Amino acid sequence: MRSVLQQAALPVAAILAALVLFGGFVAFAGASPVEAWVILFKGAFGDWFSWQNTLQRAAPLMLTALCVAIPARAGLVIIGGEGALVLGGLAAAASAQVLPFTGWTGTVAVCVAGALAGAAWIALAGWLRQWRGVNETISSLLLAYVAIGLFKHLVEGPLRDPASLNKPSTHALAESLRIGGIAGSDVHWGLVLGVLACLAAAVWLRWLPSGFATRVVGGNPRAAQLVGLPAAGLILLACALGGGAAGLAGAVEVAAVHTSANASLIAGYGYAGILVAFIARQEPLAVIPVAILFGGFGAAGSLLQRRLGLPDASVLVLQGIAFVLILASEALRDVDWKALWARLFVIPGPTRDPSWRGKSA
Amino acid sequence: MTADQLLALVAGILGGALRVGAPFLFVSLGECITEKAGRINLGLEGVLVLSAMCGFGGSYLTGSVWLGVLCAVLAGGALAALHGVLCSLPRVNDVATGIALMLLGTGLAFYLGKPLIQPQAPQLPPIELGNWSSSPAVKAALQINPLVPLGLLLAVALWWGFANTRAGLLVRMAGDSAQAARALGYSVPAIRIAATIAGGMVAGLGGACLTLFYPGSWNEGISSGQGLIAVALVIFARWSPLRCVGAALLFGGAGALGPALQAIGIGWGYHLFNIVPYVLTLLILVLSCKPGQLAAGAPGEFSAR
Repeated sequence: MRSVLQQAALPVAAILAALVLFGGFVAFAGASPVEAWVILFKGAFGDWFSWQNTLQRAAPLMLTALCVAIPARAGLVIIGGEGALVLGGLAAAASAQVLPFTGWTGTVAVCVAGALAGAAWIALAGWLRQWRGVNETISSLLLAYVAIGLFKHLVEGPLRDPASLNKPSTHALAESLRIGGIAGSDVHWGLVLGVLACLAAAVWLRWLPSGFATRVVGGNPRAAQLVGLPAAGLILLACALGGGAAGLAGAVEVAAVHTSANASLIAGYGYAGILVAFIARQEPLAVIPVAILFGGFGAAGSLLQRRLGLPDASVLVLQGIAFVLILASEALRDVDWKALWARLFVIPGPTRDPSWRGKSA
Repeated sequence: MTADQLLALVAGILGGALRVGAPFLFVSLGECITEKAGRINLGLEGVLVLSAMCGFGGSYLTGSVWLGVLCAVLAGGALAALHGVLCSLPRVNDVATGIALMLLGTGLAFYLGKPLIQPQAPQLPPIELGNWSSSPAVKAALQINPLVPLGLLLAVALWWGFANTRAGLLVRMAGDSAQAARALGYSVPAIRIAATIAGGMVAGLGGACLTLFYPGSWNEGISSGQGLIAVALVIFARWSPLRCVGAALLFGGAGALGPALQAIGIGWGYHLFNIVPYVLTLLILVLSCKPGQLAAGAPGEFSAR
């Protein structure tokens, strides 16, 4: 437990520092920082209504964060989760039109279709890296733009429901295929799927042989080569699992929130997922609380806009600052705090050995 | 398709190659400087968006388009400076930092640029190359961004400078062998920070092209990955400033395809034509990368792989 706290100390400090800096931005825009902090907290975790909103947004964040976290454990930096999410949502909406299933089997089939589409998309980035050595960070983001272009083309063209006039959408999912709320709340079952996916990823990485092998491939490629691990296959598997999670996020958003695939799906969950994964240090179990925290920030975002008249991009700024500070805080991880404290505040007496001055002195 | 339409289409793609290619040119030159020093700055996507916003805001608030360009350059340099300093810290990875600055730059630009979506700012005066033609479509297509000649000069200057000047050799030494630079008593982090800032300022010119020439207004979809494409272009251009010019023109042409077709009345598959540059980038990456090794011409100290 102590080590978990130690691991979390720096990210928590960085997020607090980000909130302080964000207050500066709020003040710059002419609003009260204290009021902004209060609204952020109340809008995210203040009452049951806010909690429902927060948890609803946390569900896709957990899944898109896995799209970064799982490939990262195999040594890949994938940032194109948005593309997998969008195509997953599209595949879910399209499959709902052609699949013969109804009821819960139909819902499962729709989710599987979404996950498969996302898995294929991110596996493509992994395959390009294995096959040609193409940098997967760049290729996955380029693929995300390709996916969004394809999505818009199909939703506004071949797959469009002619009845959707102002906002091009696919045909809505049949009532029986949708993902409903957890008894007596607005929170849908997608949240449970997200938590289960994180737990499954953690179990796989920690206890299953292929998960362990994936971590070896990511952590020490040389060792993986020496013991003959099938690195190419494991990297593809990690990409497919991550992409599948993001695709599932798209399917859940379609089946539980939007009821059809349309432009509302392109909401930036894929990009926020990158941040969640980095703050969670690519650890699936840590993804759960971090996703809830950032789901909360997202939920409070529109409240900031309404109450204080701040631009809707305020949450993006908060996320950006938090991301930068989290990365910078890594530099402090191995600092010997006692030595630093002594160097700064303990005035060495005349008998003290002045070793802190450095050896060259 | 009539002869007039064909001429307009060809002029549209050629003129568009220069017009749409300008941001690619500046960002890829900027990334070239950064990568020659041994750093990768994926955050140039964020730099492009932020400097586009600042350039537009500067032009709108001061009434002078050239002060707007200056604002864009300074904003680009400032965000890149953050990248340079962060990457110099121990255990901070430049790819991750680049992603963070991509998000931060975009967020800041959307946040601070919210009031700028409606107004019109003074625009860069075009250089007219189409006066020989009587066709208004051709004339309109061949209006050249005045920053483009500057970009071409800059490319030649960089190509010459990397080979012949003290600063150019220092940057390349920091990128190819940090140990050699250290042995001669130079501070590698200082060189890299300076190169990253210079790269950000050059990329800032690309941002100015977006909002002060073409498309010539500020909105939140203005860049959509163009900075990232330009970063990928540097791999294709094998870290040579001169080849960056060719690559930027090629991509400008690809990006101009959709608008040029639309201009002559072909509206089908608008979104599909818009993804051509991304697909082209992927194809070029596939063709120009070799599995398991750094591309020829890559700086030796590259931390990305």
